[in-house]
Amino acid sequence: MTSTATNGSRPTAIEVRGLVKNYDQVKAVRGVEFQVSTGEVFGFLGPNGAGKTTTINMLCTLVKPSAGTASVAGHDVVRERDDVRRNIGLVFQDPTLDGYLTAAQNLQLHAELYGVQSDLVKPRMEQVMSMVGLWDRKDSSVNTFSGGMRRRLEIARGLMHSPRVLFLDEPTIGLDPQTRRSIWTYIRELQHREQITIFMTTHYMDEAEWCDRIAIMDHGEIVALDAPETLKAQVGTDRVVIHTDDDDATIEALKDRFDVDARISEGAVTFSVAGGEQFVPRLFAELGIPIKAVNVARPTLDDVFMSYTGSTIRDAEEDAGRNRSRRMMQVMHGGGRR
Amino acid sequence: MSTTTQRAEAAPDASTTEVVRVTVPKRSLASELRAIRIVWRRELIRYRSDRLRMVTTLVQPFLFLFILGSGLQRLANAGTHGVSLRTFIYPGILCIAVMFTAMFSAASIVWDREFGFLREMMVAPVRRSSIVIGKCLGGATVASIQGVIVICVAGLAGVPYAPLMILGIFVLQLLLAFSITAFGVMIAVRIKQMQSFMGVMQMIVTPMFFISGALFPSSGLPGWLAVLNRLDPLTYAVDPMRRLVFNHLSISPAARAALDPGITWWGWRVPSLLEVGMVVALGLVMLGIAIWQFSRTE
Repeated sequence: MTSTATNGSRPTAIEVRGLVKNYDQVKAVRGVEFQVSTGEVFGFLGPNGAGKTTTINMLCTLVKPSAGTASVAGHDVVRERDDVRRNIGLVFQDPTLDGYLTAAQNLQLHAELYGVQSDLVKPRMEQVMSMVGLWDRKDSSVNTFSGGMRRRLEIARGLMHSPRVLFLDEPTIGLDPQTRRSIWTYIRELQHREQITIFMTTHYMDEAEWCDRIAIMDHGEIVALDAPETLKAQVGTDRVVIHTDDDDATIEALKDRFDVDARISEGAVTFSVAGGEQFVPRLFAELGIPIKAVNVARPTLDDVFMSYTGSTIRDAEEDAGRNRSRRMMQVMHGGGRR
Repeated sequence: MSTTTQRAEAAPDASTTEVVRVTVPKRSLASELRAIRIVWRRELIRYRSDRLRMVTTLVQPFLFLFILGSGLQRLANAGTHGVSLRTFIYPGILCIAVMFTAMFSAASIVWDREFGFLREMMVAPVRRSSIVIGKCLGGATVASIQGVIVICVAGLAGVPYAPLMILGIFVLQLLLAFSITAFGVMIAVRIKQMQSFMGVMQMIVTPMFFISGALFPSSGLPGWLAVLNRLDPLTYAVDPMRRLVFNHLSISPAARAALDPGITWWGWRVPSLLEVGMVVALGLVMLGIAIWQFSRTE
């Protein structure tokens, strides 16, 4: 988290130029460009439907780009598909384990498919499984594993063939906060130990803090790209949340006296202002409405996201969710599964 | 690589534990063969852990063999020249037992797709053809294991345990199992949902079974049925199987002529070898189509 990796000093692990993907009329990815240095933990942040998964699929050679180029571990994703595949590890958003096999059998299968030298399969398996704390469960059927254990096992499997770049698509989706934290600890540790590059997507803002650099993606484009700390510093304003008896009057008074645009968010009056701590005394003195509680927060990635996209990531998600459920309804009423 | 002595949990400090590094070699024939072998082995592991499947896929064939075979015996007496109906339908039943299992094995592709596991194989640096071939060999192996169970009960159907015959039956059912699995995989590659696959299978398997002559001799049929019968690929597996069994029965020439008339094309009797060759060739063609389709999917 501390290192603000810059390009140039270290060799490039991923290089993307003008990458575009169109599905029929839908422009899923509209010309993204970025570089990831070797050993970096690089995060793609954005709401569902922003084009993160499509981008990751293009980098993993699963989807052909409509335009633009990308190279991973020094190989072109279109022309040198096999070379890319030999050098990357993948952990998908949806589980891809065989539940009827044991953990060890799943990893064995992976090693055989990737052609790992037979004499190294066992030691490597022990190493990656120990790393995610599953070595003692190696002979259990995967069906008996919890969601967090499965995800850890998938990460271990993705590492089985010592990839140079590990792709993680929403590695913590659907997991409880505690498991998410432990997964992140594993990810940071293995990055350190194996010296590999990690490229991941997430729509959890707090998780992006674990990345060296993040790219914020919205509507198929990268709207911001830098270290989380730098991005937060750029926002420049603090978030102030106050509780009063009359929220509407408070919002009006804030506009009149301080020229501040406030809104109700999660049941309290919320607004952004530069130098929040200095602002609070003035607020108490001049607002004219009794304040019951006040909270000043340094900018978070939520604020960063907001300042670049004009909406919170949750709102963006809800919009996407509404569209999705509407589509589902149509499909169901259309009377048929595709 | 001293990982066994330096356990990761004993020494969490990264610097003390040596990292076991592996390198993924370039694609070669050896690595493809390894991929085929592991896909094949996975089918066997899955089969072994699914005891229920061994039973369920045999229920229907055994119902036909023992219930239908015994129940219709009296009605059939007039035409079987003293041969038990069970003996007559046994070769056909063996074929459909193999067919049901092979189709079931092919279904695992749809299953894998639904549960996401297919992706794990799709992104591996191996040819798609290796995955399809591994699947087909796996399905064929599983189906022939089921076939062996049916061979074991031959005695109950009045079929003698002649070693040469059993060997012949075994080889034949192995070839049939491979071809049917290839056929199933060819269909499975295009289908996204298990229910649809099962529906399609029902629609294809049952007519193939009924038309093939597994339950009746294929001579003297009404014209339309004779045409359908000659078009049904399963016909060319049932017929040589039946001839093989009947070669080892001691029955009257009249019974032989009535029950094992062979398949004719405009009066020409198709030799067994050609029939088997057709089954194999058809299987290879379908394997080719399956590979081609599978390679196209992203």
